This record gives sequence, C-alpha cells and structure tokens, in this order.
Amino acid sequence: MTTLPRRSQADLEMGGVISRSEKDVSITAAQTWRGRLRMASTDLIDTFKLWPLIWTLSLFDIRLRYRGSLLGPFWLTLSTAVMIGALGFLYSRLFHTDIHTYLPFLSLSLVLWNFISMLTSEGCTCFTSAETVIRGIRMPLIVHAARVVVRNVLVLAHNVVVILGVFLMMHTVPALSSVTILPAFALWLVDGLAISIFLGILCARFRDIPPIVASIMQIAFFVSPVIWSPTILEHRGLGIVLIKWNPFFALLQIVRGPLLGEPLALGTWAIALGYSAILIALAALSFVRVRPRIAYWI
Amino acid sequence: MAALNIDNVSISFPLYHGESRSLKKTMFAAASGRLGQDRKHRLVVEALRNITFSLRTGDRLGFVGGNGAGKTTLLRTMAGIYEPIGGRIEIRGSVTALLDASQGMNGELTGRENIRLRGLYNGLGDAEITALQVDVAEFAELGQFLELPVRTYSAGMVVRLGFALATAIKPQILLMDEWIMAGDASFMDKARQRLETMVSGAEVLVLSSHSADIIMRWCNRVIWMDGGEIKRDGTPDEVLEAYLTPEQFALAQAGAKLAA
Repeated sequence: MTTLPRRSQADLEMGGVISRSEKDVSITAAQTWRGRLRMASTDLIDTFKLWPLIWTLSLFDIRLRYRGSLLGPFWLTLSTAVMIGALGFLYSRLFHTDIHTYLPFLSLSLVLWNFISMLTSEGCTCFTSAETVIRGIRMPLIVHAARVVVRNVLVLAHNVVVILGVFLMMHTVPALSSVTILPAFALWLVDGLAISIFLGILCARFRDIPPIVASIMQIAFFVSPVIWSPTILEHRGLGIVLIKWNPFFALLQIVRGPLLGEPLALGTWAIALGYSAILIALAALSFVRVRPRIAYWI
Repeated sequence: MAALNIDNVSISFPLYHGESRSLKKTMFAAASGRLGQDRKHRLVVEALRNITFSLRTGDRLGFVGGNGAGKTTLLRTMAGIYEPIGGRIEIRGSVTALLDASQGMNGELTGRENIRLRGLYNGLGDAEITALQVDVAEFAELGQFLELPVRTYSAGMVVRLGFALATAIKPQILLMDEWIMAGDASFMDKARQRLETMVSGAEVLVLSSHSADIIMRWCNRVIWMDGGEIKRDGTPDEVLEAYLTPEQFALAQAGAKLAA
C-alpha cells in the first residue's frame, strides 16, 4: 500500500489527490487456448487481490436489503427460525418421527439447502446484474461471482444461529469427528464459486436459463433428502438412485452427516469430490473459453 | 512513460436475441451496411473495423464523428473493457475511463459508502480511500449529506458528487466521453479548473466530443470516425476543416481562441 499522498492547498483547489499506477496490460485477440488460459488465470489471481472490494460489496448488499428495518439482517435469522419451527412440528407429526432427532436434522438441512438454492439463483445473475460495472471499468470478472458466494456465506452465518439454537434446545451434541465439516465447507465454497461462474456465463449468453435453473432446483429440493430423512428410502429401489447418485445428497451429507453423528456411507466423499471436479472443470472450461465475450453479452 | 497502442483492432457485437436475425437484419443492413457474419455465420454488428493508431506521453487525441460511428466503443476498447475479436491492444500506464456520469453509483448507499466503493474498485488502499473521502467531501461540499443515501440528494448534489469522484483519481491515461462537459456552462469555476488540471495532469488524453471548440482547445490530434473505421487522422485544424462545414469551422476556431 502506498503512503498517504501529501496534500497542499494548491492540490485541494486544483484537482484530485489520488494518483494510481498499475501494471501494463496487453490484450491480444487470443485465438490459442494457451493465451486464453493465461488471461483467465490472471483474472482469478486479480480477483483475490480485490478481496477488500468483494467483502465490502457483499456487506453492503446485505445491509441494503435490510436498511431501515428495525431488526435488520436478523430478519434472516428470525424468518428461518419461524420456518424451521413450523415445518419441524408439522412434519415430525406427519412422518411420525421423534422431534428430538427430526428438528436438528431439519434445521441443518433447510439452512444448508437455502444456501445452495440462493447461490444457484443469484449465481445466474452474477454477471448480468453487474452490467454497469463491467461496462464501466476493466476489472477481473470472477469478482462478481465471488461476491455472490461471499454474500451468501454472510446470510448463512445469520442462519447458523438457528441451528445452534435447535441443537441446544434438543441437546444434540455434535461428535468430535465433526471437524471434517471444515474441509467439506471449503469444498462448498469452491463449488459455489464454480457454479456462480458457470451459471453466470450461461445465463449471460442464454436469457432463458434462470427460470430453467429455478425449476430444476425446485424439483431437486423435493427429490433430495432435505426435509425427509434418507433412512425412509433405504430399502426401496428408487431410493438408491435418489440417494446414491444425487450430487446434492453427497454434498449435503458431508456437512450434515458428521454434525448429526451419522456415519458417512462409504464413497460419499468420493461422490462429492467427483461431482465437484466435474463442476469445476465445466466452470473453468467455459470461463477460459468465453471470458472476453462476457462484456459483449450482458 | 504512458503509451497506448491499438493495432489492427476489430470489434463486432453478436446479435443473439431472437427477432434480430430477421427484422433488424434487413433494416440495419439497408441503413448502414455494417452487418456482417462471423465464421459461424452468426449475425454481428461490426462496431470497429481494423483500427490502428498509437499514443505516447503528451498526446491529446480527440474523436469526432456522428452518432454510432464507434467512438464510445473505441473508448471502451481502449480501456480494456471490450476485448477485441481481432488485433491487439497494449496499455502502458493507469487508465481511467469516464464514460457515464453515475458510473455504478448506488442511490441506496450513502455518499461516503459510494466513495469507498469507488476507491475499492480502483484498487486503492485504506489510507488512499480516506484521502479520497476527504477530497471528494471537500470538493462536492456535501457536509452532513455524506452520511445520507445518495437518492436523498438534490440533482445538483448528485452531479457534484459524481464529478468530484470522477476527477479525484488522477490516471496516466485519461479517456473521456463528452458527458463530463455536458453541464459546462453551469459548472462552477472550481469544477472547470479541476477538470483542466486533471486533463493537463494526464500523460495521455483521449476525448470524444461533439463540441469542436473543446477539441480545438484541448487536443493536438484528431481522429474522425465513420462507420467503425478511421476516416481521417491528423492535426485538429486539418481534420476539423474536413469534418465541419466552413461556417462551423470558423465558429469553432473563434470559440477556441476566445476561451484560450
């Protein structure tokens, strides 16, 4: 960081004080994959350098949503709590399950699913909603995808309070082995960035994608074990497909399972990592390929 | 030492959206002859075609040309926002492009928050952002309003804030669209002085304007854009003489002399 520029009276009268210097840029209409890859990795590295910007943008996003309201962002916490409370009591009756095991399961599942579903729907618009910025100043494009991830992590942080409350009320104590949720959540963050980039690109080019994504996520919500426990389907043929090959299940389970003290089925991590690898490859490939075109599409 | 090299740059915009392939296609094609097809036979608007020129420290370039001649697209390309489909751009030095007045200002955020964001967009550190806030606050004379959302500002205050922000960061290469001169008559002396300092402080200036006397006063080179191509490149006198009618040219010369 440079030092504070000296300001004289003349400076004040005459003009701005900040002078900016940056490294040289050379943009060639890259036709080779090697050139494209180099530009795309510069974009990624520059994104990390702009971390203070990403953080501030995300913070302002949350603050703006609730500016002027009495509870502010704690509406997030409160509305999640109300929803989980209501659904928890209703479904524990409907499914004839013990509320002491069902409520912790539901709170964890719903909060995590909310994160996934908000991330995908906001990821779709990560580039199109930043149109004025993208067309106004040259900056790394991944910043806009990272902003969606960070914003949703902030929302998640508000909702985690509800999970803590439920666990306390129901005397659920996560096992010591729950530390595996740390690498699991790290994987979530990487996946979140990848899905934002991938969907952001797709939706910038094809404007019909966001509603399609929304309906897919709606269906995924019902067919994945989010509000119903995977144990229900254990001995049914269909259940194998919904559980074993469902990417959402594997990803949910690596965070949810250890916290609820359920042993992870063999290969859950492998499936989660496998799907993540596919997703990351798709995102990387499409970003490297079309990065220069995004400014034209939005 | 700042420099900007534009080497055989072409830009074309793909037209993807539905009916553009039929109705607009025929209309545009008839009107401008600037529609083409790319390798995959998609319909594109050729915004810039084979542009080549280079600028060094001390160059003051003005763009003239009718609406849709490609001036703003070229400014965006020079800022590195649109990456060309053909050719090469080299930018040596920091670039600021003043393309529109609001430049991502968010009406819901306070003045102070907007200043902070602008600083962060430009990659400034904390100390520099503090300096930026002090400078913009003093210049825009917003006082307590700095803590209120920008949407509560009067129109004049928004203009002052936008102008102060745009001119607070001194680049080596300054790219300006004409909006900044739009309210020229109503600008206080202070604003005019600040803009002129910024312009004279920049090592390279590129200005796109319809106002011939501003171009004559500030530029030492003029490029006449027409249909996405360079029609003429030379000193202000020779290009403007060809571009303007004799009466307009005489008027602009008189205007520039009067201001100088």
